[in-house]
Amino acid sequence: MNRVMEGAAAVPAEGARAGVADRQGQLAPLMIAPAIAYIVALIGIPFVMAALYSLSDVTTGDPSIDFVGLHNYREVFYDPVFRTALSNTCLFALASQTLVIILSRILASALMQDFRGKWLARFLIMLPWTAPIALGTIGWLWMLDSIFSPFDWLLRRAGLLGAPGVLLGPMPNLYWLGQSGLAMASVVLVHVWRLLPLATVIQMAGLSSISRDLLEAAAVDGATGWRRTLEITIPLTLPIIGIAFLFGIVFTFTDMTVVYVLTRGGPVHTTQVLSTWTFFRGIEGGDLAQGAAISLFLFPVLAGVASLMLRMARRAEVT
Amino acid sequence: MAEVEVQGISKHFGEVRAVDGVNLATAEGEFLVLLGPSGCGKTTLLRMIAGIEEPTRGDILIDKLVVTHLPPRVRNIAMVFQSYALYPHMSVYKNIAFPLRTRGMDKAAIPAKVEWAAAMFGIEKLKHRKPRELSGGERQRVALARAVVREPSVFLLDEPLSNLDAKLRASAREELRQFQRRMGFTTIYVTHDQVEAMGLGDRIVVMNKGRIRQVGPPREIYHFPADTFVATFLGSPPMNLLEYAGTLVGFRPENFLPAEFVSDADGVVTYPFEITYLEDLGAETLVYGNIRERFHTGHVVSRLPGNVNVSIEAGRTYAFAASRRDLRFFDKSTGLRTEGSLP
Repeated sequence: MNRVMEGAAAVPAEGARAGVADRQGQLAPLMIAPAIAYIVALIGIPFVMAALYSLSDVTTGDPSIDFVGLHNYREVFYDPVFRTALSNTCLFALASQTLVIILSRILASALMQDFRGKWLARFLIMLPWTAPIALGTIGWLWMLDSIFSPFDWLLRRAGLLGAPGVLLGPMPNLYWLGQSGLAMASVVLVHVWRLLPLATVIQMAGLSSISRDLLEAAAVDGATGWRRTLEITIPLTLPIIGIAFLFGIVFTFTDMTVVYVLTRGGPVHTTQVLSTWTFFRGIEGGDLAQGAAISLFLFPVLAGVASLMLRMARRAEVT
Repeated sequence: MAEVEVQGISKHFGEVRAVDGVNLATAEGEFLVLLGPSGCGKTTLLRMIAGIEEPTRGDILIDKLVVTHLPPRVRNIAMVFQSYALYPHMSVYKNIAFPLRTRGMDKAAIPAKVEWAAAMFGIEKLKHRKPRELSGGERQRVALARAVVREPSVFLLDEPLSNLDAKLRASAREELRQFQRRMGFTTIYVTHDQVEAMGLGDRIVVMNKGRIRQVGPPREIYHFPADTFVATFLGSPPMNLLEYAGTLVGFRPENFLPAEFVSDADGVVTYPFEITYLEDLGAETLVYGNIRERFHTGHVVSRLPGNVNVSIEAGRTYAFAASRRDLRFFDKSTGLRTEGSLP
């Protein structure tokens, strides 16, 4: 121990030295360095490359970078397929996430109750999240098959399809992925299926963070179940609901697997989204420059969403 | 104003009997305190009266009506939680207005009512603050105002003072008592703090292991405990219990004083008291030691008021005495109070 006496110089303790772990000034940069290296190598460099490509005329056949200014952006923007893809991306993300938030709220409330087999129910609901997206989507591809779809079979059995004068028409099949409206609905459905487990877990975390006292106080204060939900639980879990929503937006905005496997953007581009259009233009079409320009259209939206998410996370901490 | 009655009420959580066949009735406008150690079932009993917990067996009556299976909102009760349970996203005003809105009160009448409740607890100026911007004492007042605002017939309080510091607690206790007297609400108050129980209650219900051990006015509970549990749970330090000829003899530390200070027409019993340790607490001195005569086991405590001027020191033996009137006797096997005497 150091003893500092009046008139005597302070003598450092013998044998005791502060290690790296004790020096916060050095420890913090040291621990954060791997994360920074990772971000620079796998996100920073590709991002800069994409920005460079989008301002050039690079193709898979001619990898030399000649700058052409904003030509690619103009070109892309006046392409009607791009506009369809942009509006589809927004539509799919918003529609699926709105459904996901509503359904996950209901599921989370149900799974918070005590009942027999709760563990099994939770496990089953989590399953879609553990399956690889591509495999899960292939499963859906089969279920939405134009001839062998079990949904069509069920509808035919229920007398709603495949006979003259019935609700869904005389055709034996609905051709889920072959009609534009149904194809879009199918894409939304698969996104909902895929993201519901994550949103449910996030919402359950939110619900379990509400003190039981508060709900009991509301019950004693005379609030019915609805009022408790609308005035207590939803306002209190709003930041967490927001995080689940924004997570889902990012996932659907950036996902290409679902559309690629189900419809490849068809029929006639009606389910095209920015990520698939980037792939078709940039990789399959060989026009790296335009592919880069298309993909960079996502950037401002996603940056905005990410900053909102961080803000919401902080709000969730405060309350 | 209402009477609350519980008849043979039990609450079992699996194997655990949190409340085990309790019968109890309040008088109208009474301040009833449920007192007991943690886990004795007092809070569970209160929660069953509130309707938050469903009893396993038995009935709850409010104003002679069976409400056992009715939800809390139709029982016309108000409850203050230990944590206060203020809605963190609502301002103080909205917190207090909440019970009025849930009852469908006319919107125009709400502000005046909130104002009335806020004024009663002196929190008019805090109306626009959020609960997190309030001190512990202010939160407690908001919780009380929220409970009172719709003028319930029964007022339930679950350790509402336990989150306050000692100084604030004393003044809050006084305010709470005066407020209850003024409003005349039938009040059931849960606490593990015997000082609160003694100070607040018209009657105290002492509970242990899910059962009632004694019900009575504070003085009666303190001076005539029904059994050794009550005798040792109330009082700090607790009643001294010594074994003598198959019974337990009990006397309060403040009744066991140096022989020269004890005189009584009923007679006194005097013992040589070997002092082992002294604790000077300012207002009083606690004297720990052993009695080595007549009694088999003999570690006891004496509580000398600060104004009793005697010089005693540890390691020596003095003559201490207790008035015979202050001796209590308990059956050694059942722990229940019996009649008895010392030679």
